[in-house]
Amino acid sequence: MKSERTRSERKLAWMLCAPAVVAMLLVTAYPIVYAVILSLQDVDLRFPDEGGFVGLSNYTAVLSSDLWWTDFFNTVLIMVISVAIELVLGMAIALVMYRAIFGRGVVRTSVLIPYGIITVVAAFAWQFAFSPETGFVNNLPLIPDEKDWFGGRFSSFAVIIMAEVWKTTPFMALLLLAGLVTIDSQLYEAARVDGATAWQRFTRITLPLMKPAILVALLFRTLDAFRVFDTIFIMTRGALDTESVSILGYNQLISRLNLGLGSAVSVLIFICVFLIAFVFVRGFGAKVEEGRPGG
Amino acid sequence: MEESLKSSWAPRAASLALAALAAVALAACGGSSNGSEPRELTFFVAIQPGGTIEEVSKRCSEESNGKYTITPEFLPTDASQQREQLVRRLGAEDSSIDIVGMDVIWTGEFANAGWVEEWTGAEKKAATENVFPNVIETASFEDKLYAAPFNTNTQLLWYRKDLVKQPPETWDEMIEEAEGLKEAGSIQVQANRYEGYMVLVNALIESAGTEILSGPEEVDLEQGPTEKALEVIGKLANGGAAPPSLSTSDEDTARLGFEAGESAFMTNYTFAYASAKEEAPDVFKNMGYARFPEVEPGTPSKPPLGGFNLAVSSYSENKDVAFEAATCLANKDSQKTAVELDGLPPSRSDLYTDKTVTSAYPGFAGLVKESIEASGPRPTTPAYQDVSLAVQRSLHPPDKIDPEDTESVYDELKSNVEKAVKREGLL
Repeated sequence: MKSERTRSERKLAWMLCAPAVVAMLLVTAYPIVYAVILSLQDVDLRFPDEGGFVGLSNYTAVLSSDLWWTDFFNTVLIMVISVAIELVLGMAIALVMYRAIFGRGVVRTSVLIPYGIITVVAAFAWQFAFSPETGFVNNLPLIPDEKDWFGGRFSSFAVIIMAEVWKTTPFMALLLLAGLVTIDSQLYEAARVDGATAWQRFTRITLPLMKPAILVALLFRTLDAFRVFDTIFIMTRGALDTESVSILGYNQLISRLNLGLGSAVSVLIFICVFLIAFVFVRGFGAKVEEGRPGG
Repeated sequence: MEESLKSSWAPRAASLALAALAAVALAACGGSSNGSEPRELTFFVAIQPGGTIEEVSKRCSEESNGKYTITPEFLPTDASQQREQLVRRLGAEDSSIDIVGMDVIWTGEFANAGWVEEWTGAEKKAATENVFPNVIETASFEDKLYAAPFNTNTQLLWYRKDLVKQPPETWDEMIEEAEGLKEAGSIQVQANRYEGYMVLVNALIESAGTEILSGPEEVDLEQGPTEKALEVIGKLANGGAAPPSLSTSDEDTARLGFEAGESAFMTNYTFAYASAKEEAPDVFKNMGYARFPEVEPGTPSKPPLGGFNLAVSSYSENKDVAFEAATCLANKDSQKTAVELDGLPPSRSDLYTDKTVTSAYPGFAGLVKESIEASGPRPTTPAYQDVSLAVQRSLHPPDKIDPEDTESVYDELKSNVEKAVKREGLL
C-alpha cells in the first residue's frame, strides 16, 4: 500500500518531468505524426492542386520496389560490417586507454579526435585521399595507380565503411571504457591467484561483466549506422548501387518533392530503427539506463 | 559600478544615435529621386567566379536611380544543390526571395508549382528580344513565359590538333580514332550519376533523331534512334577510349583530364577554352574546336543547351520593381558583362558579332552561335527531376550498356521514364 508521501512525491516527479515531456512531444511526436499523415497522402509540392488521401498505396509502392530492397540490403551490409569492426577495434582501444600507464590523458584525447570531426568533412577527406587524381592512397605500395575506388560498387563500399569506422570507433571505445572501469579490479587479482591466463580473464571476467555496456554501445552504433547518410552522399551520391535508405528518402523528399512517397520511406526507416532497438532491448536484454556511461 | 557604467554609456549612446540620424539624413538627400527609400531586392542565383553577378547587380541598382537595390544571395555551383536550396524556400513560401536565377531545366517545375510569375506585355517583349528561339523555349511552360533569358550555354567538341588532323564528324568516328591513338587516346565526357550525364544522354538521343519527351507527360524515345544513342555510350564506356574514371566524371574532371594531356577529345562547355589557356598553355596551343559530333551520319547533331533564366518569385513583396530589375539584369549590357567576366554565352543572337563576344571566343563565336541554334534542349516538364533521375538510374554506370545488345537497357529506360512522368514509384 502506497503512503500519502509516496503519492505526493510521484505527483511532484510528474510535474517536474512535464516540461521535458511537452518539449519532447512538440519536437519529436509532432513531426513523426505529421510524417505518418503525409505518408498516407499523395502530396507533391510541384503539383499543389493534386493530391488527397491514398491509404497505404505509398507503402505498397515503396515495398514493391526493387530499389527499396537493394538500398535496404546496402544499409544492412554497411551497418553490420562497420559495427562489427568498430566493436573489435573499439574494445582494443578501450583496453589501451584503460591500461595506459603514462600519457593517459594524451592517449584518451587523441583517440577521440576523429569523433570530433564533422562527418561531412571527414567524408571529403577520405574521398580526396582515395581519388585517383588527388589522393595519396593510389601511390601506396601494392595498390594500382589507376584504381578508381568510386568506380565500382564494392570498392566504394570499402571506402565508405573505412570512413565510417574511422569516424565512430572512438565513440564505441568511449562507451566500452565506461563499462570497463566499473569492473572491480579485485576480481582480476583473485583470478590471477587462481592461475587464470590473460585470455581467460578477458573472456570469463571482462566480457560477461561488460555485457550491458557492450549491448548499449552496439545498440547506439547500430541505430546510427542504419541511418548512414553523409558519407555516402559525399562520396558517391548513391551511384553504383551504394545507396542507403536515408539517401533514398532524401531523393524522394528533397529532390522530387514527393512528400507522400518520401514520408512513407521515412516512416519505414523509423519502423526499422524501432525494431532494431526492440530486438536489442527485449531480445538481448540491453539495459540502456545501466549501461550508459557514468550511469 | 552600475552608476559608472551608465555614465560612460550615456554619451556614447547619444553620439551613436546622432550618427545614425545623420546617416539617414544623408541617405535621404543623396538617394532616390522620388523621395522614398530604395526597395531592397534579393537575387538568389548561382555564384559565378568571375564576378558577373556582383557587377550586374551593382550596375542595375545604380541605373535604377534609387528605385531599388539588388543584393545577390549566392547558391552553390552544383545545379542540384542550387535547386534544393531554392525549392525548400519556395516550397515554404519564403518572401525573402525576389528574383530567382533559374536553371533552364527548372522552368516547368517552378511554373507548375506557382512559385514564379508569368511575364507579359512590354516586359515580355524586352526579355525575349533577339533571343534564340530554343532558349525562349527553356524559359516557357505551356506557351507562357516565366523568365527572362540571361546567359545560355552549349557544349563544343574540343580536340588536340597535334594528334588529330580533322575533327571527327560522328561519335563512331571519334571513338575509333581515339582507340587508334598511341597516346592520349581517350574521350572526356560527363558520366557521373548527376545532371551532367542527363545532358550528355539527352544530346545523344536528340542528335540520333528522337527525343525523351514529346510533351510534359508524353514519352517519345523512338526505339531505333534511342538504341543508336545508347550504342554510342556503350561503345565509349566499354572500349579503349574511356578514361579511367568515366563513371565518376563531371565537367571539371573532364577539363582536368584534357588539360593534363591525357585525352585527345573532350565534349564540354565554353569555359574549357579560357581554363586551358590559363592552366595548360602547352595543351592550349593545340586546342581545336568543332561542333558536337553527330550520332547518325548525315543527321546534324543537336548539342546540349544550358544556362540561366531570371524569374520573379510569386512570394516576393516587391514584384513590380522585381520585374524591372530582372529586365535590367538580363539586358544586353548585363549579358556582355557575363561573357566578359565569366565567358558565359549571351542568349541574344545579335550579340555574337559584338566585340566582347568575339574576343571571348576568338575564332569560334560563330560556332557557339550555330551550336546554340541547333541545340536540343532537355525536356520541359514539371516532373523534370523525376525524368532526369530515371534516366540517370537506368543508364548508370555507362559501361552497363552493351553496345552489341542495347535492347534490354532500352526497355529499362523507357519503362522507367514512363513511370517517372507519372511520378510513380521510387527513384
